[in-house]
Amino acid sequence: MFYFSIFFQYASQYLKTRLTYRGDLIVEIFSDFLFQAVNLVFILVVFGHTTLLNGWSREEIIFIYGFFLVPYAIFSSFFNIWDFNDRYIVKGEMDRVLTRPIHSLFQIVIERMELESMFGVVTGLVIMFYAGNQLGLELSWYDPFVFLFMVIGGAFIYAGIFISLASISFWSDSKTDIMPMMYNIGNYGRYPVDIYNHVIRFVLTWILPFAFVGVYPSAFFLGRTEWYGYAFLTPVMGVIFLSIAIILWNSGVKRYRGAGN
Amino acid sequence: MGNFSVYVEMIRIRFLMMLAYRTNYYSGILIYSINIGAYYFLWQAIYGSQESIEGMSVTQMTTYIAVAWMARAFYFNNIDREIAQEIQEGKVAIEMIRPYNYLGIKTMQGLGEGLFRLLFFSVPGMVIIGLAFPIDFSNSITVWLLFIVSIIFSFIVNTQLNLLTGILTFFLLYNTGLIRGKRVVIDLFSGLLLPISFYPMWAQDIMGFLPFQAISYIPSMIFTEGFTGAEIYSALGIQLFWCFFLIIPIQLLWVIAKRQLIVQGG
Repeated sequence: MFYFSIFFQYASQYLKTRLTYRGDLIVEIFSDFLFQAVNLVFILVVFGHTTLLNGWSREEIIFIYGFFLVPYAIFSSFFNIWDFNDRYIVKGEMDRVLTRPIHSLFQIVIERMELESMFGVVTGLVIMFYAGNQLGLELSWYDPFVFLFMVIGGAFIYAGIFISLASISFWSDSKTDIMPMMYNIGNYGRYPVDIYNHVIRFVLTWILPFAFVGVYPSAFFLGRTEWYGYAFLTPVMGVIFLSIAIILWNSGVKRYRGAGN
Repeated sequence: MGNFSVYVEMIRIRFLMMLAYRTNYYSGILIYSINIGAYYFLWQAIYGSQESIEGMSVTQMTTYIAVAWMARAFYFNNIDREIAQEIQEGKVAIEMIRPYNYLGIKTMQGLGEGLFRLLFFSVPGMVIIGLAFPIDFSNSITVWLLFIVSIIFSFIVNTQLNLLTGILTFFLLYNTGLIRGKRVVIDLFSGLLLPISFYPMWAQDIMGFLPFQAISYIPSMIFTEGFTGAEIYSALGIQLFWCFFLIIPIQLLWVIAKRQLIVQGG
């Protein structure tokens, strides 16, 4: 309960701060839309030169992209830890976080949330409904529930990967450029993984399982029965990866010694 | 412009700063390779059984993607974010009374960073990628020289756009949205993700009036020999034009910004 009230207090404070600089907030929401449009443009331009991508049609790829946007929006609203090393370790902010009465990771999540990213959920749903309509997909009563599980699973996978990477900073505080690149790698889960060779496919399925945040769960809604096994693994993978991340984080915090003054 | 040696010193300091953190760059090379590798397969699937699209073969396309990402390591920098932060923290007031040109110093820091990444990241990265994927390196010395000239222009244009975005913080006070938006626009319109020749004609016409193609499309096309003969020189001319033209808004905004500086703390 205590965690809930802290969360809502931080959320309301956050909204107040953001509404102070309204101009920037609008630009930021607009730039998020732009970012989502860029990927859509990529798909559209590419399909201007080909009709099928390894047997997948343009609308199917667009549908996968729409699905991807939903868990991604949840992830980017709450897990802005890509600059954790710089912001918390190098600058010594972690010391302050550790004196707070709530779990250190939760403290960072609420400090760094960017609620405006949630607009991505809307964009994602609009894209999915558009593409689903074009493909003539039927909506069953259980689809929304399955969708919910898939989305939570996907968001957990993203969160798990990025928290694990952030945890590395507890062992080595030197700068890395891994985090920004990881955002790029995440994009490859949006394409049918059977276009890649087995190494990349393996990486995207079991090591950096971004395929579970795009193509695998979407395969369920697109009725690609051959991939149902993977699709239903999505929530499981989410729980596994988030658990690993939290274990890593906790053992990292135990090791943490502070960064001087 | 103050003392020339100050600027050279700034390049050196930034370079050494990056050098101190070099070990982690090796993991960065691996990640870049995965990135380029995934693109390679994606493009193979896009090409399917087609021999060439818009006059480019699959191999040329792979080379294009590889060189575009490796060149990005050189021209890319975060000085827009640094400037925004220094403005927000009020540090810019101190910077302004120092006996050098603030924008010049920022450019030099960006150059130091870029040179570091070029030597320790792009060059070894390109060798590794060249071994792993079918990439066409040109045999002609002229192509290499023109490519080097072209990425220097890329650096200048990209840095100028970063300076512009950074300076706008003086007016917007809070600038993360614009910085993010700019990055997205550059990824798309610079030709990093897709060669500009792949876009529909009307989009190509619009992009012709924008400075973004000078950042990635032109050097990558020179490297893959997608441009030949006179095309190369007119492309370099476009880059040169933007290098000079962008000085105007930067200087103008800088003068206005100095006049209406509000220090938000510090």
